[in-house]
Amino acid sequence: MSHRFETVDEVRGDLAKVDYLADDAIAGIVYLADRLGKPILIEGPAGTGKTQLAKSVAEMSDSRLIRLQCYEGLDESKALYEWNYKKQLLRIQTESGEDESWTDIQEDIFSDEFLLTRPLLEAIRADDRVVLLIDEVDRVEIETEALLLEVLSDYQVSIPELGTLEAKQIPLVFLTSNNTRELSEALKRRCLFLHLDYPTMEREKEIVLTKVPDINEHLADQVARIVRSIRSLELKKHPSVSETIDWARTLILLGIEQVDEAVASETINILLKYRSDIEKALKEFKTNSAQVFTPAS
Amino acid sequence: MSDTVSNGAVDDLESEKAAVAAASPIFELLNGFVTELRNAGLPVSLSENLDAIEAVRHIPLEDRSAFKAALAATLVKNHTHWRSFETLFEVFFSLRGAEYALDGDSDDPFGDMDMDDQDGPPGAEGQGQGGGGGDGLTPEELAEMLFQAMKNNDQALQRALARQAVKRYAGMEPGRPVGGTYYLYRTLRNLDLDAMLERLMNEAREDSGGLTPLEERLERDEYETRMDALRKEIEAEIRRRLVADRGAEAMAKTLRKPLPEDVDFMHASREEMTNLRRAIYPLTRKLAVRLARKRRHGRKGPLDFRSTVRHSLSYGGVPAEPKFKYPRPSKPEIMVIADISGSVAAFARFTLHLVYAISGQFSKVRAFVFIDGLDEVTSYFDGVEDIAEAVHRVNTEADVVWVDGHSDYGHAFEVFWENYGNEINSKTTVLILGDARNNYHASQAWILKEIEHRARKLFWLNPEPKAYWDTGDSIIGEYGSHCDGVFEVRNLRQLERFVDNLV
Repeated sequence: MSHRFETVDEVRGDLAKVDYLADDAIAGIVYLADRLGKPILIEGPAGTGKTQLAKSVAEMSDSRLIRLQCYEGLDESKALYEWNYKKQLLRIQTESGEDESWTDIQEDIFSDEFLLTRPLLEAIRADDRVVLLIDEVDRVEIETEALLLEVLSDYQVSIPELGTLEAKQIPLVFLTSNNTRELSEALKRRCLFLHLDYPTMEREKEIVLTKVPDINEHLADQVARIVRSIRSLELKKHPSVSETIDWARTLILLGIEQVDEAVASETINILLKYRSDIEKALKEFKTNSAQVFTPAS
Repeated sequence: MSDTVSNGAVDDLESEKAAVAAASPIFELLNGFVTELRNAGLPVSLSENLDAIEAVRHIPLEDRSAFKAALAATLVKNHTHWRSFETLFEVFFSLRGAEYALDGDSDDPFGDMDMDDQDGPPGAEGQGQGGGGGDGLTPEELAEMLFQAMKNNDQALQRALARQAVKRYAGMEPGRPVGGTYYLYRTLRNLDLDAMLERLMNEAREDSGGLTPLEERLERDEYETRMDALRKEIEAEIRRRLVADRGAEAMAKTLRKPLPEDVDFMHASREEMTNLRRAIYPLTRKLAVRLARKRRHGRKGPLDFRSTVRHSLSYGGVPAEPKFKYPRPSKPEIMVIADISGSVAAFARFTLHLVYAISGQFSKVRAFVFIDGLDEVTSYFDGVEDIAEAVHRVNTEADVVWVDGHSDYGHAFEVFWENYGNEINSKTTVLILGDARNNYHASQAWILKEIEHRARKLFWLNPEPKAYWDTGDSIIGEYGSHCDGVFEVRNLRQLERFVDNLV
């Protein structure tokens, strides 16, 4: 089996080419997933680039991205495959009258022609290279999770009428989770695990510089530093990376070169979405920290 | 992830190359590492262990951060276990070499006995020369260099100075049965980082001719991050030396810390408390999702005739798809009565936090707190977005002291029964939180009996280990006999399990 990537550095470099700045852990795990043929389970706060990682990997490795968005109530017929029963009915009706045996029809209507592939099966049966993204896997019920297990560990799908379909190539699989519930041990065991946290200040600054054209170094640095300070507070929802980028873009649109208190308090609603969070952050930034400084951690 | 790497990478490469050369003791080391992870409570399965070994084969061993990432990806499947993993990783795969040995060489500053026995600041006078480049410095020079390194964010120099500081101030000697925190304390006390932070801030103020509060805040955060990095480096250095002295297994044992969900409420250190507070928010979110789901699913009611007929129309009148009514069970009302005296206060705080975070699952939540007097604090939570702050207000503002501020369960129950007793009805679940240490006051257990009669359920949560129940002034047995259930709830895991079953 040929591998997609030669070295960890290659992964990092290629990801950077598609504007995704990976740190050691991210590049390392993508490389390993390819080598070991294992899925990656990505967990972490919202807006840290979990889904984007899968998209970027697809883009950089020239693969097709197949996406399965999970939701409560997702079942086999939406995730794996379904028989096209309307077509089957049609087939039976056109044949009726002619002397075709039952077995013939049965064999016929349970063949490839009548099979509707859903994302998981499609990823398995693809001839070209694919990246399979199973988004927000924590939203499905624990029973439905079991559906994924066969695909994830053996890269095959068993269809009672057809037998077992094995993968023609091993797809690179990404699962993302917002951690609203504990995933089953069985699922975790089959995956490599990556916790994607908020980036370090330096990395966030780089991200802002890459994603926001026309921003200068000084402003990007200030943005990253303010966001880091906000994240160190105890808030309901910390600003995500995408919100940082939005904020930086807004500052550029407003033609602001230097962030001071006035600017910060006018535009902070882009970073923070809860009233109590906004109040807390503003209070924190307005008080003279020399006297009333309380370390937030 | 990439900390502590670049400077030490060369030493690392040496030690690990040597390790591979000698018939792969790296795998032996890996085995010991996995065993230790399991001892620390991480659930590492056999297949995960095999994955780790497989993964390591694809990774260049001299790249320490990649090696660490590979192990983390295959062995750690829960982010809360990350700290335990990281600590153990540092212990098992730390830099090793002669320069960390505590005994032997002549330039060892720790041979000076009296320096270790006195607790005062060990002066630099008695130290030998040579060895590391910084040995000849006076303490003032060292402090000044560190100050410059912090100011210019020169990380290589910071690392070197951290090493020097440990060597000089920690007073480590071979075989001494003292934990790493002691050495850390000694080193930090001599460096006096708080004063250094102030000096850095003053300098920043002077340089820019006055800072706005925002700038001040940002500067401070920046310097604090650097200080944290330095502190971590010192810790790592101490650990490296201890490992060199005692061996990885012994070190791992002394460093073993409970996972956040297993930390005992009553004996949590300040740092553990912070971690607990952080852990509780995602936990409540998880719990709320799970409970809401449980309500919606699982039960199927009787046939919904109307809906079935309506859906049969699309099948030409054949009721092919039966529809069922989903029963909507009435939500329970809940009353929480919490002891907030001294040692059990933390426990009450967490429970209140948790109960209010899932208050959507109850039709009504009322909260009472007591020490020897009792006060209703429900209003503190009304329309408050920030539960943590409301809980904080409860602890500071509620009027709970009657006589002397020592727990008096009997009197508190009396007050409760008199004022609120008739508001309990068959839909109410009553939760009592406390250790039932009544300071030998009258128990008034009959009130609990009355409550139990009137309420739907009466539960008692006790943060003390079961073994201590009914010892000394604890009368949990007497109270407990009137309750529908008495539970030992010492950590987040137990608390979560209880609340999960409550709804």
